Amino acid sequence: MSILVLADLHEGQLAGATAHVVAAAQAIGGDIDVLVAGEGVQAAADAAAKLDGVSKVRVADNAAYAHQLAEPMGALLVELAGDYTHVLASASTTGKNVLPRLAALKDVSQLSDVIGVESADTFLRPIYAGNAIATVKSDDALKVITIRTTGFDAVGTSGSATTEAVDFVADNAQSSFVKQELAQSDRPELGGAKVVISGGRGMGNGENFKLLDGIADKLGAAIGASRAAVDAGFVPNDMQVGQTGKIVAPELYIAVGISGAIQHLAGMKDSKVIVAINKDEEAPIFQVADYGLVGDLFEILPELESKL
Amino acid sequence: MKVLVAVKRVIDYNVKIRVKADHSDVDLTNVKMAMNPFCEIAVEEAVRLKEKGVATEVVAVTVGPKAAQEQLRTALALGADRAIHIETDERVESLAVAKLLAKVVDEEQPGLVILGKQAIDTDNNQTGQMLAALTNLPQGTFASEVAVDGDKVNVTREIDGGLQTVALTLPAIVTTDLRLNEPRYAKLPDIMKAKKKPLDVKTPADYGVEVASKVTLLKVESPAERKGGIKVASVDELIDKLKNEAKVL
Repeated sequence: MSILVLADLHEGQLAGATAHVVAAAQAIGGDIDVLVAGEGVQAAADAAAKLDGVSKVRVADNAAYAHQLAEPMGALLVELAGDYTHVLASASTTGKNVLPRLAALKDVSQLSDVIGVESADTFLRPIYAGNAIATVKSDDALKVITIRTTGFDAVGTSGSATTEAVDFVADNAQSSFVKQELAQSDRPELGGAKVVISGGRGMGNGENFKLLDGIADKLGAAIGASRAAVDAGFVPNDMQVGQTGKIVAPELYIAVGISGAIQHLAGMKDSKVIVAINKDEEAPIFQVADYGLVGDLFEILPELESKL
Repeated sequence: MKVLVAVKRVIDYNVKIRVKADHSDVDLTNVKMAMNPFCEIAVEEAVRLKEKGVATEVVAVTVGPKAAQEQLRTALALGADRAIHIETDERVESLAVAKLLAKVVDEEQPGLVILGKQAIDTDNNQTGQMLAALTNLPQGTFASEVAVDGDKVNVTREIDGGLQTVALTLPAIVTTDLRLNEPRYAKLPDIMKAKKKPLDVKTPADYGVEVASKVTLLKVESPAERKGGIKVASVDELIDKLKNEAKVL
């Protein structure tokens, strides 16, 4: 078996997701190459070469791949896929955007959001927003797979893979990058944080989300939100944890003023330890929480912050 | 400009699903079905483009069993002009749907195709991207804003960590994310009128597309249930438990 992993980039640097996808590739078994594609990505390629288990990093450093637009990235993957039995990417918005193009152009199916590897052709994936887990077997010659990173522990960084430049340059007259607005934050990225503290409709308004800041600072946590809080306009959508937002599985998840709708649980129920703070002792969130604290969050949060 | 919009019949998003006793699949017997929520957003966007005078005709298409005509009638009630039903009782994977839609695109020559970013049953998030690849058209996925400007469309996309805007040449493929719009409800007179709007019925064979897939569904199981824990009485007790019992602080 030979596996190509498409590296995720975040502002030109290697994103944490890639180490999880390499772990999934190790579970499949075989030679593992990583493709780093973008513009000015040497640092990301060097970081990818340190991931354990990687044999070779293929680097497509060209303006054609800036911002990893779907059309040139798809063409690049089609060009390289002939050397591999499996092509993997994380189920990030980049992986989801690009990989189905490869699958369609190679006339094979894609398996999305894989959370477990049974064998080189049989995989586990959630369906119906994680309310059922399907075991699927692919008889396609090329397996095209996106990996849900929470399903695989990241590999270490003591590797020393070789790097090799990819000369292929994709033509693209169809799409162009206009602009990007990324939320600026000193906090860890929601998907990779070890601790996540999320607020729901119970926070009352966007201003009150500041009550989470001090705790997040002390715990090194990322701040998330429920769909209800996003829909109410308290916070932007990129903070949403749930079926329609980010899927997270941190060591510690603290849900504040979140009732626990199925849609939210689908995004966080694989967290190692869940804490729920809610004034309604009947809230469904307590059915999944390891530790529940019933009470007024406006009293509990300042107390928690001062005592941590 | 003609707009093609694809819709899918799925389990209603409010229904709690059950896995069949033999673990062969999810049990859909006597379960309420509805249009996939992301497809509703796609129909709404197409209808708004028509109301703005950007689109001249909205064509809705679905691939699925006979009953999927209900969802096409819903699309017609919401403002689509006509519908195409590609009827099959087979389990059709995203790739086969994309191949069928590519044939429809070839026949209808729309300026824009709008699809939901994913269906809430299989959660694949593939069909729009596959359609774009097969038709060799550019794609704007997970759209939160679609602005047609002459022979181009600017699509603002919801990406991890923020928003990205891309400019695409037309024709193009767009897939919808949740915040693109808030779909309207169909009014009773429109539901009545929709019954008289044209609806063509075809089969995959009419398009020469083989829907069989090389992916086999071996089994479906319920996820491991998470057990509720304990209630703590105070912040002090919570911190103590997190430090000494869970050891996460």
